[in-house]
Amino acid sequence: MATPLDADALDIDPLLDDPATRIVVCCGSGGVGKTTTAAALGVRAAERGRRTVVLTIDPARRLAQSMGLSELDNTPREVPGIDKAAGGELHAMMLDMKRTFDEIVETHADTDRAKAILENPFYQSLSTGFAGTQEYMAMEKLGQLRAGDEWDLIVVDTPPSRSALDFLDAPGRLGSFLDGKFIKLMMAPARVGGRAGMKVVNLGMAGLSLFTGALNKLLGAGLLRDVQTFIAAMDTMFGGFRTRADATYRLLQAPGTAFLVVAAPERDALREAAYFVERLAADRMPLAGLVLNRVHGSEAAGLSAERALAAAENLEDGGIVDREGGKVLDRDAPSAGPAAPEDGSPAVENPGHPRSVTTLGRAEKTETTTETAERTIAERTAAERTIPDVRSATDRTSTDGSTRDDGHGDAQGGEGGRDGEESRDSLHESRDGREDSAEVSVLAAGLLRLHADRMRLLARERRTRDRFMALHPDVPLAEVAALPGDVHDLDGLRAIGERLADQSRSAGPR
Amino acid sequence: MTGKGGTGKTTVAAALALALAHGGRRTLLVEVEGRQGIAQLFETEPLPYEERKIAVSHGNGEVYALAIDAERALLDYLQTFYKLGSAGRALKRLGAIDFATTIAPGLRDVLLTGKACEAVRRRDKRQRPVYDAVVMDAPPTGRIARFLGVNEEVAGLAKVGPVHNQAQAVMRVLKSPETAVHLVTLLEEMPVQETIDGIAELRAAGLPAASVVVNMVRPELPGEEQLLTAPGRTDEIAHAFARAGLGGARRGGRAERLVTPLLEQGREHAQRVRLERVLRAELSAQGLPVRELGLLSEGVELAGLYGLARELRGQWQNSGADAAGTDGKHP
Repeated sequence: MATPLDADALDIDPLLDDPATRIVVCCGSGGVGKTTTAAALGVRAAERGRRTVVLTIDPARRLAQSMGLSELDNTPREVPGIDKAAGGELHAMMLDMKRTFDEIVETHADTDRAKAILENPFYQSLSTGFAGTQEYMAMEKLGQLRAGDEWDLIVVDTPPSRSALDFLDAPGRLGSFLDGKFIKLMMAPARVGGRAGMKVVNLGMAGLSLFTGALNKLLGAGLLRDVQTFIAAMDTMFGGFRTRADATYRLLQAPGTAFLVVAAPERDALREAAYFVERLAADRMPLAGLVLNRVHGSEAAGLSAERALAAAENLEDGGIVDREGGKVLDRDAPSAGPAAPEDGSPAVENPGHPRSVTTLGRAEKTETTTETAERTIAERTAAERTIPDVRSATDRTSTDGSTRDDGHGDAQGGEGGRDGEESRDSLHESRDGREDSAEVSVLAAGLLRLHADRMRLLARERRTRDRFMALHPDVPLAEVAALPGDVHDLDGLRAIGERLADQSRSAGPR
Repeated sequence: MTGKGGTGKTTVAAALALALAHGGRRTLLVEVEGRQGIAQLFETEPLPYEERKIAVSHGNGEVYALAIDAERALLDYLQTFYKLGSAGRALKRLGAIDFATTIAPGLRDVLLTGKACEAVRRRDKRQRPVYDAVVMDAPPTGRIARFLGVNEEVAGLAKVGPVHNQAQAVMRVLKSPETAVHLVTLLEEMPVQETIDGIAELRAAGLPAASVVVNMVRPELPGEEQLLTAPGRTDEIAHAFARAGLGGARRGGRAERLVTPLLEQGREHAQRVRLERVLRAELSAQGLPVRELGLLSEGVELAGLYGLARELRGQWQNSGADAAGTDGKHP
């Protein structure tokens, strides 16, 4: 099936290969595989011939290990195992927020002043502590890496912010606070050496002295003095944080930067992605496209969930047609073994057609099989998740003697455990040549149910994605098929890169 | 309630608030990250900075919700202690409030935790707690120990004064048996690893890590074990598909062509099941109760949320109390 609404495919390779592309920023909400995407892009770009550095912020341990990173380390290290045949290489680093900040101080201040700043308690909190610093330092590091002109391509992972937008806002916020009106007012006394200096400032004076008074009481005078000293030291040290933050921000708007919004095909992740897309547009940041991770596909998409479920039920109902004549009512009878029709005939009329289920003794439940199955999957709880592996056709014999209905919905749900137990018992009592065939029926039914689940998931993911694409039709899209486990090594990252680049088969036919 | 991004911690927090309100209790669900996740979940307008009833539970139970805004919390705070009045607005114009909540070390987190603790300690005229339980949709696992521990840092920085006292009071509540930190995770490697790290960090900070909630657990599949033996039996499976009415079993027949892709899906599933088993074991080894919530295959809607609340309530009842500390404020 074609991508819906004919959305543009995001062409990763031309983006990575273009010498004009100097920075790729991966952003998105937490838990969508942002860091993995950044790492995979780095590996791919390097093996396609570019000198690449990946700046990760807070990678999961094993992902870091896959790139040979073992600890926070503020200088890029070469990643071993990269194929350099095309002339590229890959370096990677994990951002050490405090060290980056310390380095700024050390580069821009003389030794004594640097020492004073580094030992300032307010600085120590600022550099490790709160909202915005990590984002700012990521920007700062990006600026440094770019300024050196040592790299063809810098791939940046963004911090795991509470909201993806923080990454864009934080530097400006920090910069404007440190450089703002208020902080200038606060600095005034420290700069001229005492409370008398306050008189220099005439505007907003009443509010200010009230507030500094309040702050002094609230925080204790010592802290405010620390802040004042710190700001004064920083301010004289280099031309203001504001300028730096603005410069980094402009760097992101410059041609040569490409933003990739990373998401998973889930409502919340795509909602964040939508905000991000809109924000990037508002700030004239160059959006390259949306990377949709963990998309499920199926090579058997032609078989619908409904048909797969119906077929699974046919198999599980295996013996009905056969046994109907015999009216086997006693589940303990030796003959009540697994019951796959030997003639290979369909076990139930109207295969694939939703039938009404009226269960013996549970006649209050009348639902179509499809509804039942859906309800079952939605409601099955932890406590009930004890369905035995073999739920063969045998337990059907207990009910189908008097009705042709299958009681399946309930067996599947709350009482599955008990029913299954009994069926297993009877299976043991009836070890005969048919056991294999019964097992295959269970297996085949299991595969079909799995497929039905997969198809439902697929449909849900597609709905979520289509909604996004309808609202943002101009955003090129790349889908990455879900992997069964996490990525641990370069091969895994290569595989992700493959899937990213090859959109024709990334998530299988849809 | 904490959890890695994408694990559904907001949903689980809301479900717990509903569960704890069961039987005529009153709970407060607190949001601190300004995302309006609670409003989206309950399909209501964005929450203002005031406590507002958003749901009812069995037996006249009530769930209130509050989206804490750090700026407003600071203004309230200054108002309470210093009667700032219009000077507060002047400060806002100067950017002083922004400054204080964003830059002053951890003040934002102090205000957020402080407001939640105030709700915990609030009493009515008859000296009974206004809320039976307060559930906080807290920052993610990677930041939780730092977020909850910030008051300790602040109490160290501001050595005297009301902020110091407030910070210490908050820490006392957070470290007391009245508080329970629950970590939401998925059965996937990164969230599990973060959960384990988070538990260690909480313990190191003397904060009460109480339980792990595994969210979105996939239902087990009948025949799951047999999937491992499947690849050798393609012919038999093709015949079974044919019996089930899916077409011909012969090579190239419709049923036969289904075998390979479905077996591949089965193999992936089996691989995931094995991985999940390992991850479950890792979580169990943490010495905390581990609870599981089933996957809502159609996504979280209101009905699903109430379903999760029932599930939580059932599980907490069966295992004794630790949902909201050990003071009896559990369902």
